Amino acid sequence: MLDAAQTLPAAAGVGYKPQHFADILKDAGDVRWLEIHAENYMGDGGRPLAQLRHLAEEFAISVHGVGLSIGGEGALDRDHLARLKHLVGWLNPASFSEHLAWSTHDSHFYNDLLPLPYTDATLARVCDHINQVQDTIGRRMLLENPSSYLAFAESTWSEPEFLAEITRRTGCGLLLDVNNVFVSATNLDFSPQGYIDAFALDQVGEIHLGGHDEDEDDHGKPLLIDSHGAEVVDPVWALLDYTLAKSGPKPVLVEWDTDVPEWPVLAAEAARAATALERIPA
Amino acid sequence: MSNTAKTLAVAGAVAAALTSAVVTPAAAQSKEKCYGVSLAGQNDCAAGPGTTCAGTSTVDYQGNAWTLVDAGTCEGMELPAMADGTAREGSLEPLERDLPA
Amino acid sequence: MSVSQTDFTRAMMDANQPVPEGLLDASGGPAGRRFSVYRNNVAVSLTEAMHSAFPLIGKLLGKQNLDGLAGLYLRAHPPSSPLMMHYGAEFPEFLAGMEQLKHLGYLPDAARLDLALRRAYHAGDATPVDPAQLGALAPDALMGARLSFAPAMQVLRSPWPLFDIWRFNTEEDAPKPRHEAQDILITRPEFDPVVQHLPAGGADWIDAMNRGATLEGALSTIHAQHPDFDLSHVLALLLQGGAITHLDSKG
Repeated sequence: MLDAAQTLPAAAGVGYKPQHFADILKDAGDVRWLEIHAENYMGDGGRPLAQLRHLAEEFAISVHGVGLSIGGEGALDRDHLARLKHLVGWLNPASFSEHLAWSTHDSHFYNDLLPLPYTDATLARVCDHINQVQDTIGRRMLLENPSSYLAFAESTWSEPEFLAEITRRTGCGLLLDVNNVFVSATNLDFSPQGYIDAFALDQVGEIHLGGHDEDEDDHGKPLLIDSHGAEVVDPVWALLDYTLAKSGPKPVLVEWDTDVPEWPVLAAEAARAATALERIPA
Repeated sequence: MSNTAKTLAVAGAVAAALTSAVVTPAAAQSKEKCYGVSLAGQNDCAAGPGTTCAGTSTVDYQGNAWTLVDAGTCEGMELPAMADGTAREGSLEPLERDLPA
Repeated sequence: MSVSQTDFTRAMMDANQPVPEGLLDASGGPAGRRFSVYRNNVAVSLTEAMHSAFPLIGKLLGKQNLDGLAGLYLRAHPPSSPLMMHYGAEFPEFLAGMEQLKHLGYLPDAARLDLALRRAYHAGDATPVDPAQLGALAPDALMGARLSFAPAMQVLRSPWPLFDIWRFNTEEDAPKPRHEAQDILITRPEFDPVVQHLPAGGADWIDAMNRGATLEGALSTIHAQHPDFDLSHVLALLLQGGAITHLDSKG
């Protein structure tokens, strides 16, 4: 199997949005690679696939799935797996990643990344599904840590230990979203640095950054929401520095999915990520 | 119309179509042609768009009642209720295709 | 206390249900409105998906009405596929069944037009035939020719002035819709679907050709109902739209 960590450059990338197509080809700035959401390129043809073919000539591409429902209680959707195999087959991307979450239940897709209890039963099911994905697409995948808004009383594993155990059992890599770490740490009142310390950084093939929104819970406590609709905040940049100092250079991606700004704003975020990579202490 | 006349009429129609159609050769997929925003149905991994303004208040997701309010362009189109021009009475069966066209 | 995904989805899709026990906040208390984040994400993201999927319905009814309808629709018909590009397939029938919309009988067809545009947008690529091939055929060979059409080509039959409704909502200063039935042809010359008024008989003729009829056979099939069928006009629309992808003149 390909090692995704060796094929995406340890440089800045952005989540690709179609409105930026012309800008990216004209002046990509510090952006060396692009990430697409797999499901948006599973149509039969037309502009989305034509754009992707052009971009893949100039940039390393990371395929990021948002619809596999790896944590689902039911079986993985075989039609969807076949579509993924087809996409990964013709595109031959530098990386494929998905989420530690579920989104499909009883044949209904809820278009959100829903949370999982960290139990032995969940662990076994997620590992089965990851094995099935890796067998189907014939390569190693990366699994991303979620944003949490609540906790499950039944959980018996911490999230970093749970993810590390998944990598041991399946050989998959990890996608570390440091904004998600910050969001979850704020919402569930744990130390984000402590989370990074416990994380299997040697298995990380990619890092995500993104913006979040601020709300509050019933008791007036801060409730951060992973909206990908704003600039990355300073504490998250600091957490990136903390992570990179421990992990060494990694591919770092900026995600911006809602209220998508003009290209220069996103390019500036990517430039900041590139700077963070340059100043990693030796 | 005789068969010969019919054949000639069809040939004439095809010739006219070729003249009137501004026909461009099958274009290569140039990058310029790829510009343009995609149509509908993007998957994202963000929390729901509009989360900030919607917040966590219940009114935004209850969705168990709806009442038609006056809005949109259908107000100004003045189409009859039924496709044959009658106001609605009872069922809304689609009409057979014996309509003026 | 374990929370199954059945428990989770039931509470997520119905705000009148209690938040499942076993979901906690940071201090071990009930999750409370933290659970609303998921309720909200699903409802808001699917509502947004409906707005981008049905722009014509959005224009006809306005944002507030489509917001309300989307909230009902997403609970009656949650997506059955992870591909949001296909979401909303049951919306025309759903609209047809809404008592409050019965006076707007054309809405289901307008929703079918929105759906057809999206299908055309994502349809497979196909190389159109060189029109000269058609022009080069001897008259007899032409009569025996069969055609194949691009996957992006869509035909919509409507008892409503669907083309006029489309124009009225997409073009500046377009005239008000006439009281007549109008069929629609959608082609995709490059990447952007084009909406055309398909003259009477065109839909039947295309249907016959799609079933493998020769040009002559298709014409005789529709002749009785459409003696004035304008073959030239329909062929021009198809050629302009790059919709003819194969020409078989071997009889």
